Amino acid sequence: MPARPVLQQADIERALTRIAHEILEAPAPDPEAASRPLVLLGIPTRGVLLADRLGMVLERLRPGRAAVGALDVTMYRDDLARQPIRTPQPTRVPDAGVDGATVVLVDDVLFSGRTIRAALDAINDLGRPRAVRLAVLVDRGHRELPIRPDFVGKNLPSAPGERVNVHLAEIDGVDEVVVS
Amino acid sequence: MRHLLSVRDLSRDEAVGILDLAEDMAAVATRAVPKLPTLRGRTVANLFFEDSTRTRLSFEAAAKRLSADVITFTAKGSSVSKGESLKDTAQTVAAMGVDAVVLRHGASGAARVLADGGWIDAAVVNAGDGTHEHPTQALLDAYTMRRTRHGDASRGRDLEGLRVTIVGDVLHSRVARSNAWLLATLGAQVHLVGPGTLLPPGTAGWPVTTGTDLDAALAGDPWGELPDAVMMLRIQSERMHDAFFPDEREYAREWGLDAARFARLGADTMVMHPGPMNRGLEISSAAADSARSVVLDQVTNGVSIRMAVLYLVLGAGGRKEGAS
Repeated sequence: MPARPVLQQADIERALTRIAHEILEAPAPDPEAASRPLVLLGIPTRGVLLADRLGMVLERLRPGRAAVGALDVTMYRDDLARQPIRTPQPTRVPDAGVDGATVVLVDDVLFSGRTIRAALDAINDLGRPRAVRLAVLVDRGHRELPIRPDFVGKNLPSAPGERVNVHLAEIDGVDEVVVS
Repeated sequence: MRHLLSVRDLSRDEAVGILDLAEDMAAVATRAVPKLPTLRGRTVANLFFEDSTRTRLSFEAAAKRLSADVITFTAKGSSVSKGESLKDTAQTVAAMGVDAVVLRHGASGAARVLADGGWIDAAVVNAGDGTHEHPTQALLDAYTMRRTRHGDASRGRDLEGLRVTIVGDVLHSRVARSNAWLLATLGAQVHLVGPGTLLPPGTAGWPVTTGTDLDAALAGDPWGELPDAVMMLRIQSERMHDAFFPDEREYAREWGLDAARFARLGADTMVMHPGPMNRGLEISSAAADSARSVVLDQVTNGVSIRMAVLYLVLGAGGRKEGAS
């Protein structure tokens, strides 16, 4: 099936700006969490790039409100034994850590929910955030676990066999979301 | 990676990949919960036919940090003293259901025999075979050198241009062999120094230079520049059945890293030792306890390297049908 673009560069930019506003408007779970920077943790590979971009938008809107890091979930996956060996990528946690903070997980596509399940386990080993939220650029449905996103760039109903790929300029040379 | 038997099976990229993975594993130790669930439900058997404390504990710690179960076999007080062979011991342990065997054995090539023998299905990790190889030691040494030299910018780098002098009982040292090959694969230059009787006859085919004069080597032989790392090997009295040097005092005088030699090293020369150290023989306390000594870093890094290796041999596939 030929690749069908569903989001262009301007759409992605708009979606991230809207998510950033929604993140700022969302009520904090308690005054302590409200006083501390949000911790944006991107899930490799493209979630990290999206978290960086989201962090830049937040910095523009409310300087100092968010700190950005990366959370690799490879070692927590439930399908390791079924797949060829995966190479983990670095995990970077902002110096203040996650204890007591509001963490926002950032990923490109939400599908089965298994990556997010692994991410929740990984966060658990880093500390105890006050709350964990989930931001995704695309929600394509077909969840296999009771997980739902808090912030969504685009809801994209898809068939289970389709592939939804997010391309980002930093590594793919172009900003777009394609279905094939 | 199915097994880890010899560093000579590793390409430069594979070796750098293992070191990079160990960086991630090292980061785990600094977290609130220094443990990963990755190898939950897998069993690692440590088969140690030779005495070892640090290597066995290091593999044990590595397996446990990855949530694997560990069973340990040591030859002392075991069925080996009743005459059981490697094959029977391995099959017995395998019959208890193990996914990986970490093997330390006095016979060179034992790990290869176990891996190729078709006796067991488990992955085999060589933890030292006779005077042949000790791959995880060489990997942790390379990791330590890279980390000491490049710090947080280590990822993705090899050891291009690093000058390493390895001193002492090269003849009996699997550490020296594995290091010579791995360091060369990673682009470092290796110089072996020791008494002529303790330099192996076949070094012509190795990617190294050799010499017998430690003072010349520490003054820059053969590069004309001071070494970046000096690795002192342990005098292995348990493997010495002949007179290789007159006596210990003479050895210490000619080939020991005493205080005077240590004082002549470069300000950022690393002092390394695979342990256990014979203080006063191959290394002085002045050198071993100095700020330039990375001996304890080697121990710490050993756990990270072994986590990386266990992940690579066990992380993908291989889970028995119905065992999930």
